[in-house]
Formats: sequence, C-alpha cells, structure tokens
Amino acid sequence: MNKVHHCKELVSSLSDYVDGSLSEELCLELEKHLLDCENCTVVVNTLKKTIDIVQEQKTQDKIPSDVKQRLFYRLNLAEFGKEETP
Amino acid sequence: MSEEQNFDEPLNIEALKTGDRHELAKMVELYSDQVYRVALKMLNNPSDAEDVLQETFIKAMRAIKNFQERSTISTWLYRIAVNESLMFLRKQKPEAVVIEEEPQNNEDQDYSAIQVVDWCCLPEKEFLSSESRAHLNEAIQNLPAKFRSVFILRDIEGLSIRETAEALNLTETNVKTRLLRARMRLREDLTQYYGERMAEVKNE
Ligand SMILES: [Zn+2]
Repeated sequence: MNKVHHCKELVSSLSDYVDGSLSEELCLELEKHLLDCENCTVVVNTLKKTIDIVQEQKTQDKIPSDVKQRLFYRLNLAEFGKEETP
Repeated sequence: MSEEQNFDEPLNIEALKTGDRHELAKMVELYSDQVYRVALKMLNNPSDAEDVLQETFIKAMRAIKNFQERSTISTWLYRIAVNESLMFLRKQKPEAVVIEEEPQNNEDQDYSAIQVVDWCCLPEKEFLSSESRAHLNEAIQNLPAKFRSVFILRDIEGLSIRETAEALNLTETNVKTRLLRARMRLREDLTQYYGERMAEVKNE
C-alpha cells in the first residue's frame, strides 16, 4: 500500500505543521496529501485539538495562595507574602 | 512575557545578585505560578509540587550570584524546576526513570499504533468537565519524563523551540523530535478516551 507508506513518512512533519513551522515545500506536499487522505486529516485535526485542550486548561493552574504564602515563609521572605487580596 | 504584565519594571539582576529582599520577593511573585505549574504537571501531585516549588526557589536564591545573562530568569527558573522535578521522581520511583532511559526509536511502530477517530466534533463541554481534565493530567503524567518536560515547556508554558532547548539543555532538533512523540502519544491517549466518550454520548 503505497499510500499508507506515504502517511507514515508524513507523520514526522505533523508537529511542525501544526506549529506552522514546516518548510513551504513539505507543507505543500502534506496539504496535497491531506486533500485525499481522510485518515491523515483526522490525525491532524485531533492533534491540533489535543494541543488546544491542553492550552485551554493552562489558565486554571495558578498557585494557590496558601502555597504561595508558605513559599515566602520558607524563603524567609514572609513579610512579602501577605499583600494579596483575592 | 505575560507573567510580567502586572509589573512596570523588569527584574533588576544586579539587585538580585546582591540578595536584595524586595527584588527576590518580586522574582517569587513573578515566577512562582510558572514554577508551580511545571512541578504540578511533572509530578501530578500538589504536595510534591509544593516541595519542588520550594526547592526550586531555594536553589535559585543560592545560585543567583552565578546567573549568566545569556539566558532569561524565566528560562533559568524553568530549567531548575524541571531538574528538581526529575530529581524528585528519581528519588521516588528510581525504577520508572530507568525504564525511560531506554531508547525508543521505532518510528514504524509509532505509526501502526495510530488510531483514527474524529472526536473533534464532541460538544465543547466534554472537554471542560472535571473528569476530562483529570484524565488529561493523568495522560500527561503518563508520558515518559523526557517527553513530558519538553511538552510542558512548549505546549503548556508556550516557550519557543529555542527557549525549550535552552531550558532543557537539548538541541532544537532533539526538542522537536521529543515534542512530536509527546504530542502523538497524548493524541493517541485522548483518542482512546474521547472515542469511548463518543460512543457513550451517542447512547445517552
Ligand atoms: Zn495519509
């Protein structure tokens, strides 16, 4: 199966492709392939979605204020740790 | 970078080096979120992450005198945080780290394992549920540590390939290879998970 073989070769460029950093030549080749390869299209879309989901979650990860206070305390900087108002 | 937007002035490196308390506190204020986030993603355990957070800043305060300005404070702290996390893991589960040292070069195997399910069309709330978030954290945690650190810095913290390479002391090519592996593995994991969710949603 020639096509599957081609898919395999293209996998290594998918990461650069979703980052927009793939060389123009490879990008054209990949996009041409995507036009008639449903499987690779799904892989590209789910790869993009995976990265999107990860980035959406990022904003929810802030240091809890008690953890931060203990950090200031541990560093002997306790007087700087208490200014925060939620 | 966005971490600095609440502060009018960048850190004064000279003041940091002389141990100026205000400046050190400012460094903690500016960068504790990012250090905590990295530790939490590396270890997936809040109490372990807190240990690593504290160790990172203790080390940083000791080493700040030797800080070289060809790197930024941010990248430098990322580097310490990742190293401290790895050290923590080594202490906790030495056997896990040994397994990860083994080469994994079989690209063909990578492709034959690819699952093709288009789960992008699931309703957005599926991706936001707390169960789904917990699963994602677990999936990140399941990446081998050397892929995980690259993935965290690049895709969660948003560093460039060059900055990631600098923080982890890797070549850019190496970063790209590990990033591809990490992303594909994570995609694979989420495909499994959301593929099942798709079947369930259909039946609900
Ligand atoms: Zn294909």
